[in-house]
Amino acid sequence: MAFEIKKQGKVYDVCIVGSGAGGGMAAKMLSDAGLKVALLEAGPKYDPADPEQATQLKWSYESPRRGASTTRPFGDFDAAYGGWEINGEPYTKKNGTEFDWFRSRMLGGRTNHWGRISLRFGPRDFKHKSYDGLGDDWPISYDEVAPYYDRVDKMIGVFGSKENMPNEPDGFFLPPPKPRLHELMVKKAGDRLGIPVIPARLSILTRSVNKDRSPCFYCSQCNRGCTVYGDFSSSSVLVKPAMKSGHVDLYTNAMVREVLTDGSGKATGVAYVDKADMQEYSVNARVVVLAASACESARLLLNSKSAKHPNGLANSSGVVGKYLHDSTGSSRGGFLPQLMDRKRYNEDGVGGMHMYVPWWGDNKKLDFARGYHIEFGGGMHMPSYGYGFGMEYMNGKYPGRDGKTKAAGGYGASLKDDYRRFYGAHIGFAGRGECIAREDNYCEIDPNVVDKFGIPVLRFNYTWSDHEIKQAKHMQDTFEQIIHEMGGVASGTKPGADTKYGLEKPGAIIHEVGTTRMGDDPAKSVLNKFNQAHEVKNLFVVDGGAFVSQADKNPTWTILALSMRASEYIVDQLKKQNL
Amino acid sequence: MDRRESLRAIALGTLSVGTILSATGCEDKKGTGNEKEEVAKTPGYGRTPDEVTRDKELMAENFFTPEEMKTITILADIIIPADEHSGSASDAKVPEFIAFIVKDMPEHQLPMRGGLRWLDVQCAKRYNKSFADCTAQQRIEIVDLIAYPEKASPENSQGVAFFNRMRNLTATGFFTSKMGIKDLNYMGNTPNEWDGVPADVLKQYGYAYDEKTLATCLKIEDRGKLMTWE
Repeated sequence: MAFEIKKQGKVYDVCIVGSGAGGGMAAKMLSDAGLKVALLEAGPKYDPADPEQATQLKWSYESPRRGASTTRPFGDFDAAYGGWEINGEPYTKKNGTEFDWFRSRMLGGRTNHWGRISLRFGPRDFKHKSYDGLGDDWPISYDEVAPYYDRVDKMIGVFGSKENMPNEPDGFFLPPPKPRLHELMVKKAGDRLGIPVIPARLSILTRSVNKDRSPCFYCSQCNRGCTVYGDFSSSSVLVKPAMKSGHVDLYTNAMVREVLTDGSGKATGVAYVDKADMQEYSVNARVVVLAASACESARLLLNSKSAKHPNGLANSSGVVGKYLHDSTGSSRGGFLPQLMDRKRYNEDGVGGMHMYVPWWGDNKKLDFARGYHIEFGGGMHMPSYGYGFGMEYMNGKYPGRDGKTKAAGGYGASLKDDYRRFYGAHIGFAGRGECIAREDNYCEIDPNVVDKFGIPVLRFNYTWSDHEIKQAKHMQDTFEQIIHEMGGVASGTKPGADTKYGLEKPGAIIHEVGTTRMGDDPAKSVLNKFNQAHEVKNLFVVDGGAFVSQADKNPTWTILALSMRASEYIVDQLKKQNL
Repeated sequence: MDRRESLRAIALGTLSVGTILSATGCEDKKGTGNEKEEVAKTPGYGRTPDEVTRDKELMAENFFTPEEMKTITILADIIIPADEHSGSASDAKVPEFIAFIVKDMPEHQLPMRGGLRWLDVQCAKRYNKSFADCTAQQRIEIVDLIAYPEKASPENSQGVAFFNRMRNLTATGFFTSKMGIKDLNYMGNTPNEWDGVPADVLKQYGYAYDEKTLATCLKIEDRGKLMTWE
């Protein structure tokens, strides 16, 4: 058979690459407006309610590895297909630096397993340069995005509480679930230390927002995908209803190679390889929307070279791939002796924390520029692989039921009883902070390496600055303070300067953004303030690539709001025949 | 009513969780005594085709010899014996779990194999027998040398490291089994209506939900009602 590129006959109004938060929202909004949409996804179909794919309510022993993370990076029952390493799809690193790139090839992408933490960026987050002189301001303000956050809240659902904090805007919240016991303990400690502990803001339905989705039934397993769609994932909440409109053709296993352009430099569609038959295809559309994830969309633009765009598409500025930044992360565990021998009850709750700590510090009085929030977890979880490890570090330190302390380690009936006694008495804290976007943290095309589809791969260059390292130190000091205030014992050794205070490797937190950032100046940005490429008016990027800075917030809610806003702009511009 | 329909009914708030569980048998009733079958089958927990293949390949391999498995079984039952609450490690098929997990996580293979050999050599020196051929009393004498990291003498440090690993794998295998989860009395992984910490537990630890929390948080009776903000 001749090697040829087959054209899909239909011409679409819009072709969307990627079905995660940004792509799903664009598919929903654009199909609701009556536009013909081609939605391309590099992975398979996924529906958490499909019994062949469902993992919700499975027991640890239904997995031969008891839920361990050997096959899937977040454990056997996690909904995300893919991970930091995908067979046949490498990436490389430069100058001895590190960046790990998490990809989830499946309908809904990484929204299938994320923590559902749905925080709005605040007024300062959009204008941080004006506040501290670092990084850049966004070309838009909180007030411009707020109406879209409002609509996302009501469309998708997020629980939370009104707190009137200056940089943590309130929204249209569902009522939060009552705190768990360890969460009350953290709150009490926080009150004494002057650290705010408030209801979490998660996109989980404590009450439903429409008839297609059911409220949460408290199995604590959102990362497994929900069979009744009681939480947000793009596949269940955006793509599924969008498909019902009849205006969306979904192409799964479609690995997009490049954006196609005509002689005038306008986008005409995309070329992709179908992973199922390994044939080459193209889809034509009047508008191309990239939502493949920050780095994948940058890769697509850089790989879309032509005589008219020798630097890659929409990249005369050279900014595509630059200003890559991921959240910082550092964590510490602790043990709460007062919770030994605790009474058993179903403590699962929602799939995540019921309370959290928003950033409370004043960076002008600190030696690092940006804040972080603290997530914490504990309680009586379903035991899975790793449960009971390290008892030899625990059971020699605390008196037994008879009041006597025994030798650490051991075996037999007394050891067996220890596992019962220590169950549910641990707590873990994790900081998630803002990294300042820098031009010298970037991804680019590796000149020598292609993936198994022949697509040139990304090469990363990324370092942390002192701002992030000192922020991690502050996290560690705070975790220890809170654990001590709770009457707990911090586990292990406090991470010190030799480990950058436990600062995770770049890419580990999976909040990477900034690679096709928006701005008013085409020489310093890729997109305008409507996520539209400065140089290619019918090309949009609606994933985290558009972010100028990431805030100490998880990016999903802002991706959704901006994708909604960009989609309405597309509809408006098509009506005006401007694209 | 099948499990999924029941979930939907519970989720919609048309039936209480307790009614559903007792009326429809939604609790997982299968698996009494056939844990081996659960270990042997690969599909059934949402696998992708690649994952099914990987599981099958791992199942088809063998790592430990029958002699090594015998020693693992004896050690596992010393670590987690039967008591008045539940059965032993081998009753919960922990040796089978360990046989699988070292194939899944090859980093366990060398320390386990070498540790078992170290143990046999110590027994041979003392009793001129392998660990498995020792009497119960001899086995405990040797285990006592390596089971207490802070008391063990330096010449047995490698044995201590091996026994720590063996203790970890045995405990994790046991308490993630059906028997172990029941022993631990984990009460979740089932549809529920979370309405806060039980009152007696709050009282025990000296906590209470304050008025602000009660006013802000979900009233559980509203769970089935569509949210409006007007």
